[in-house]
Amino acid sequence: MSTTTSGQPAPEKDSPTSAVSGAEIVFDNVVKTYPGQSTPAVDNLSLTVPAGKIVMFIGPSGCGKTTTLKMINRLHEPTSGTITIDGEDIRSKNATELRRTIGYVIQGGSLFPHMTVEENIALVPGLLKWDKKDIAARVEDLLELVGLDPSRYRNRYPKELSGGQQQRVGVARGLAADPPVLLMDEPFGAVDPITRQRLQDELMSIQEELQKTIVCVTHDIDEAIKLGDRILLLSEGAHVAQYDTPQEILSNPADEFVEDFVGSGSSLKQLSLSRVDELELQQPVIASVGDEGSAAAAAARAAGQKDVIVLDARRRPVGWYSLGEATRMSRLPQESHEDISVVDRRATINDALDSMLASSHGGVLVTGRRDEFLGVVTFTAVTEHIRSTSESSPS
Amino acid sequence: MSDATRQVSTVDTGVEDRKTTIRLLIGLPLLCAVILGGWSIWRQTADLDDIEARQLAWGTILELTRQHIVLTLITTAVVLVTAIPAGILLTRGSFRRYSGFVTGFANAGQAAPVIGLIVLLAIWLGFNTRTAVLSLAIYGFLPVLRNTIVGLQQVDQTLVEAARGMGMSAVDVLRRVELPLAMPVIMAGVRTALVLVVGAAAFATFINAGGLGALITTGINLFRYSILVSGAVIIAVVALLVDWAGRVLEVLLTPKGTT
Repeated sequence: MSTTTSGQPAPEKDSPTSAVSGAEIVFDNVVKTYPGQSTPAVDNLSLTVPAGKIVMFIGPSGCGKTTTLKMINRLHEPTSGTITIDGEDIRSKNATELRRTIGYVIQGGSLFPHMTVEENIALVPGLLKWDKKDIAARVEDLLELVGLDPSRYRNRYPKELSGGQQQRVGVARGLAADPPVLLMDEPFGAVDPITRQRLQDELMSIQEELQKTIVCVTHDIDEAIKLGDRILLLSEGAHVAQYDTPQEILSNPADEFVEDFVGSGSSLKQLSLSRVDELELQQPVIASVGDEGSAAAAAARAAGQKDVIVLDARRRPVGWYSLGEATRMSRLPQESHEDISVVDRRATINDALDSMLASSHGGVLVTGRRDEFLGVVTFTAVTEHIRSTSESSPS
Repeated sequence: MSDATRQVSTVDTGVEDRKTTIRLLIGLPLLCAVILGGWSIWRQTADLDDIEARQLAWGTILELTRQHIVLTLITTAVVLVTAIPAGILLTRGSFRRYSGFVTGFANAGQAAPVIGLIVLLAIWLGFNTRTAVLSLAIYGFLPVLRNTIVGLQQVDQTLVEAARGMGMSAVDVLRRVELPLAMPVIMAGVRTALVLVVGAAAFATFINAGGLGALITTGINLFRYSILVSGAVIIAVVALLVDWAGRVLEVLLTPKGTT
């Protein structure tokens, strides 16, 4: 380990809100040398991944981050050194048994194409010989958790799902046997940016609930900043360049390598650190599905608004119309013909800005649990936030 | 599948697109019915001499056809229980390095003329059905072996690693992931082998192992072209029907969700 690094955990970012179900992972002087190669892929790595936290592994390609990840579930065996999970050496039981206790999520979901969604998720519980009824119930819970309607999706084959849906099922499959540790290998690398942002938000709200220990390999520094409680930045040979909270890595890069890697736009990257729910949300007058269009428009105009936001019976946003559009509708419909810009409250301000660019309303709707409407973030609110943070932190 | 078939396009595995398969599934039995119908009408109405009438008696034809099909099925069964396990073995760990050698050997088996093989083996092992099965099996071994190897190799390795990473044992991965995903390619090989064997089984008659080849040799020896042509036509129809049965199996065994 180089002298500039801190292998020990840095101060906590925020305190857990529910019980931690994750387990601590400790690397102790781990070396991995591939046969026929003189320099080790992983050179004497010592590291503690704290229980219940998300640690993002990032670094240039070939730095050994994926090798390091795969040593945890013994897809790669260390040449020397030990790895423990919850204090127990991972070599104390056979690899197959070990892997059943570690969730594994791979890019694109890597679902088995010849198995239905249900069969994919049920695999590990099946290997663990759970009761059939328990497995069925578990599949249902998990599909709910990742936001897919079980009755609709359970019996579909992967090719009948979109990329984002496949990735959701991939996460559900990783969580199937309720493992304390979840390994993710570039999980959201294969989906489009908007879907990726949603999946990241969902992962964070799932994590808020489950408090697993998540080790996630990524090549996307914004993703690392957004998701990570801690970021492990590796240079070649899996040398720890810096292991710290996203804030520290952005504001106090350990050396030039880190600075280069994080990039010059790091004050803008601070936007990936702030969440939408830190902003003040506007609370507009809202309308419900089935309301008379002109009445809703009149109410909105009276409140000084330029548009009408429509919620369904479960308070989920389903429509967002200009006053003119709303007036022309006799009844506000259940489904909108256009996409409305919605972000989760856990989304970063960066994400919100992205979505705003695609929106015709100069703002985005913010939703919370179960997609319930919380308020509106406007472009003005974001610029206000940027101004206040840049004033408070001179850079 | 499209990825997979593109990857292995250098080796023709005989996997067809779905439309062709459906067209053939309906078309083949119809074609066979027409040919057989035409032949039956000729057989009933033609003016046959004694020899022809005896050789082309319905009972004789049915018996020879039965022998032919049994010979084909036994041979195919032998090929399946040897070539598929061999193919699996040759894609595992350190055995992988022998796959080129074994495929080359199997290539030679197919390249050798069946008629020579069957007679030489008969001189050595005796003129009987067992020898016929052995030489036909050598002949049909290659397509199944090659397609098993190619089929397993073209399974997406990230899926295999995902399966291992989730805690499946090597046997589980093979049984529940690799074989199902390789099945279309393996079955195409089986179908190819079936068709090769059903045609080559005509030579079995040379070593006293029965089959429809008897009609052809009798036809040649006795200058009765009606018998010769009848034998050829019936073998062709049996080959088409065997091919059709192979296709039906292929469709049934291809896992849902992969097409």
